[in-house]
Amino acid sequence: MPFDIIYTLWLRQVRRYTRSGSRVIGTLGQPVLLLLALGYGIGAIYRKAGEGDYLQFLVPGIITQTVLLSSVFWGIIILQDKRFGFLSELLVAPVKRVWILLGSTLGGATISIIQGMLVFIIALLFGFRPDDWLLVGPAFLVLVLMSLALTSFGAGIASLVDDFQGFQSINNLLVMPLFFLSSALYPLTSVPIGLKIISTLNPVSYMVDALRFLLANQSHFGFGKDLIVMTLTFAVCMVFAVNRFNRIQM
Amino acid sequence: MSESIISAQNVTKKFGDNTAVDGISFEVKKGEIFAFLGPNGAGKSTTIKMMTTMLRPTDGVLKLAGHDVTTERDHARKAFGIVFQDPSLDEELSAYENMDLHATLYSVPKKERSARIQELLELVELWGRKDSMIKTFSGGMRRRLEIARGLLHEPRILFLDEPTLGLDTQTRNLMWNYVKKLSQEKGMTIFFTTHYLDEAEDVAERIAIIDHGSIVARGTTAELTKQTGTKTLEEAYLKLTGSTIRDDSDVGNNDGLNARLARRNTNLR
Repeated sequence: MPFDIIYTLWLRQVRRYTRSGSRVIGTLGQPVLLLLALGYGIGAIYRKAGEGDYLQFLVPGIITQTVLLSSVFWGIIILQDKRFGFLSELLVAPVKRVWILLGSTLGGATISIIQGMLVFIIALLFGFRPDDWLLVGPAFLVLVLMSLALTSFGAGIASLVDDFQGFQSINNLLVMPLFFLSSALYPLTSVPIGLKIISTLNPVSYMVDALRFLLANQSHFGFGKDLIVMTLTFAVCMVFAVNRFNRIQM
Repeated sequence: MSESIISAQNVTKKFGDNTAVDGISFEVKKGEIFAFLGPNGAGKSTTIKMMTTMLRPTDGVLKLAGHDVTTERDHARKAFGIVFQDPSLDEELSAYENMDLHATLYSVPKKERSARIQELLELVELWGRKDSMIKTFSGGMRRRLEIARGLLHEPRILFLDEPTLGLDTQTRNLMWNYVKKLSQEKGMTIFFTTHYLDEAEDVAERIAIIDHGSIVARGTTAELTKQTGTKTLEEAYLKLTGSTIRDDSDVGNNDGLNARLARRNTNLR
């Protein structure tokens, strides 16, 4: 395995991220807004309905949403490379495309992991407390796994579309439903059957559920099932991304 | 006669039922400066994309330094450097970082990397700006950096696809002087495409003129004017390719679309 090449391409992504302060701040705006509006706004009603502390329930969902957005948006970099020529430089190099994709995807996943941790820290400031601090370590591993899965997903999508408008519509048609129709915002026990079926088919629900189990001691599907679905999602997305990336013609 | 370092035999590229490049054959000798001329949509870019492993030929054999571009792709890739028609630098990295990334991709030995990067950046007069982000560079600076990058892994062939497009006269001059020097001193083979006939005439030792996917003439400027019974390269070029304006770009994938649109327009009439 050409580790130096994978490392260099990883470093490229991380450098670009750390140099762009606006990108860091910009992607944190939405989760903060959701924590404020939902955590405090809906939280009061939630408690009145006898469901307990909504913030504890919500935070794993918001972390997952941050990772989802960050990962799919990271795909824009591949699209930028494609549109503005840098991908040509990568694709004529005497290197297998799968290593190029792997290095870049690891870079993208690292960015998502950092974003997820930042939201976790912000959530602590909002009053969120993990159920058991010892489980924060395993929760980090879940964050890594979900970042890898969703970044591969973003890479595959970016290889699929050719322009920013196309990417935008995919974002609206796919990413938003993946978030809103998951278990991120509401418990699946008390929703209509139609929504329950959709959310159960949505892999993002299992990512939220795994984090929620470790951070807030609440689980809908069971942690084992969550892990299996996440690993499968990662495998399928990675195969999809490699397949799409191999077909890019300049 | 010296050996040929680029060899194309019956190379064809089809997009659907549209033939962009139609069975062309040519040889470029080691150390030669070779120009590819042709109107828009003639097949120049498609040919250069096949030579640089970005597109697979539908038929025929293309070899760089003895390596088949389809079956020995990575060997062929190490043999050439390329300056693309469109900019291909990472804007959010510095000049040095762009060079370093390229060195890693082409497995330039670690010990030699920094010395070689410095030498090349000094050569294109960018060493003083090595830590500046590319987004602060002008068009000419970017082009110079791309040339330096293309040379970093010491390729035997340098491809330049419309390298002077959008550059001012000073930068063009500087660039071509430098390219000529490379060819003379290092024996590097240069293959370039251009729209400017004066460039082809001044720089290239031999010229091939391509039109409608076929090579219509080849030789030195003197040979081309003699073949066509004209006085200048421009007259020879116009005689060979006609004076009607061609529409749209040279991008291979668009050719099929243009052909389809053309057919549809005919049907509508």
